[in-house]
Amino acid sequence: MALDLSGKKYAQVSYEEKERLFNEVKADLRYEEYLYGCYECGICVAACPSARFYDFSPRKIAQAVAREDIDLVYTLMNDSIWDCSQCFSCDRCPRKNSPGGIITIMREVAVKNGLASAQAALEGYGRVVYKIMSTGTQVSPDMLQPSAFPDWGPHVKEISNNLDVWRRALPPETLHTTETGWQVDDKTLIELYLIWHMTGVMDMIKEVDEGLFMILQDVMEERLEEAGYDVSFE
Amino acid sequence: MIPSEALISKAKDRQFTRDPERAPTEDFHDILFDLEKEGEWEVQRVPEPYVEVETKYGRKKKIPLQHTWHHKSCGQCGHIPGYSTSIFWINRKLGFDYIDPTDQTSCTAWNYYASATSNAAAQAAVAMRNFAAAAETSYFPIIHCGTSFGHYKETRQQLIHSPELRRQVRDILKRLGKKFVIPEEIVHYSEWVHAVRDRIAEHQTRNMSMIRATVHPACHYHKLIAEDAVYDPEIYGAQRSAIITGTLKAIGVEVADYSTWFDCCGFGFRHILVSRDFSRSFATMRKIEVMKEEANPDVTVTHDTGCVTTLDQSQFAAQAHNRNVGVPVMSDSQIAALAMGAHPYKVLQLHWHSTDNKPFLQKVGIDTDKAWQEFEAAVEKLKSGEQQYLTWEDADA
Repeated sequence: MALDLSGKKYAQVSYEEKERLFNEVKADLRYEEYLYGCYECGICVAACPSARFYDFSPRKIAQAVAREDIDLVYTLMNDSIWDCSQCFSCDRCPRKNSPGGIITIMREVAVKNGLASAQAALEGYGRVVYKIMSTGTQVSPDMLQPSAFPDWGPHVKEISNNLDVWRRALPPETLHTTETGWQVDDKTLIELYLIWHMTGVMDMIKEVDEGLFMILQDVMEERLEEAGYDVSFE
Repeated sequence: MIPSEALISKAKDRQFTRDPERAPTEDFHDILFDLEKEGEWEVQRVPEPYVEVETKYGRKKKIPLQHTWHHKSCGQCGHIPGYSTSIFWINRKLGFDYIDPTDQTSCTAWNYYASATSNAAAQAAVAMRNFAAAAETSYFPIIHCGTSFGHYKETRQQLIHSPELRRQVRDILKRLGKKFVIPEEIVHYSEWVHAVRDRIAEHQTRNMSMIRATVHPACHYHKLIAEDAVYDPEIYGAQRSAIITGTLKAIGVEVADYSTWFDCCGFGFRHILVSRDFSRSFATMRKIEVMKEEANPDVTVTHDTGCVTTLDQSQFAAQAHNRNVGVPVMSDSQIAALAMGAHPYKVLQLHWHSTDNKPFLQKVGIDTDKAWQEFEAAVEKLKSGEQQYLTWEDADA
């Protein structure tokens, strides 16, 4: 679908609100490292995989942010940034911009502020976010289910059917797990939960998926309490 | 009309002199040590013996040979476990000591890049917690995942330039009862494979000279903080990162070039999970088909979790459209272990891969039916309860 850059789509959102979000982007400590200006040379677009498949342009992102075009930045923050592949091929920019890096910040601001587009983009992510935040490893062998990967071929069913025994057929002792990528110590998990608590990540989750927040809160608070920490994510 | 002859002639006259002063960022080593002198953090030194290699602009980088703490990859361990197994197998064959830790989390960067449900402080704290866990053992961290490697280098850059972020992360680690310690180098496993490639060749038992391979360099290896990736004048004149290609050459594999080598694999972080039509299309149309058309390789070799997954798994659906696919995909650790005589299923665990790799294995001289029967016999012992796990000794039996 073509990207609507006319500004009409989000005309009902006040300029002040758009400016507030843009100022959050600019306030990020990484912003100064990621944006220097734009020659409009298009090298970033030429290298960008997403530009080949979507109406997406890292150049537009860099230009809009550099020109501080508040309305355009708001549109892109809603309707474009989630197409980025985060491969950082755009980092070959001769002015040392990192459109991919700017997009990282824009995505975080979209999530922190619970933008509807961020919620929509992250639909279907609950299980994955739950996995990484609660177990410390993002991809687990038991995710290899034929229903989840119908386009990956019949071997997925074979792996799923043999999962337990094929994991035990791995020589490294840490890899006999099925619910996590490798064996993670309880103490390590507790430390991870404390990091999520102390850095406000749980607040971000709450903005985009309240149900997931509640599940994670239950898991983490119980484990932290058992470990002797009095921590509430509320 | 473009005067192509004149342009090519001009290009031949050009000289590219690698100069550390031309690197886009200052030499982080000096800053790490200056901050250590100021009491900001400790720097974990690369243990001896190490190999010194050169990075993109000619800076030196130390690659430890052993006494390594293996920061595993969630994707490798979860979906393509023979990747990690091969790294450990090579270490054991070379007689190197290492730790395969359980006090390690994922870098959490896949989630960070895909969903943005994290932030700079959280990511830096996760990185430094893992580094502190490594330092507690006195073993030096070696990073298996390309994304973890790139992301940790970004994190190092942010910590160097932001006293506020350092303060925030130092306070978090203090609460966890951990030291604020950063490694002298952030080392990717394929840099280690590159550093030991001649030793791998010395231990080679299988002839690979009949194999033609293509190389896919991982984006997060050579595009994120590009000045810290390994380059070598003998590999493409130091115009591309040297790892993988250098290893393949050392074991006698012919490396064939193709025009879309710089393109990403199509993984996309969020795309591989929820927009796989994009990943499939990019992987097959921009990478695999171009390789087939221009180089017709027996195998394509890469060095990152997402790349092996995307390039390998995407080929199945493309067959339904009669696309020109069918190139087995594996990591440099897997093909290096294979050259050293590793079992294709007990060590390389190639049954977790999707694209048919039997023609490639047979070309290397492996009886694939026999090898599979050997694996099945080992599995049968686990099923019957005769033994609980496959051991390293079983893997070599």
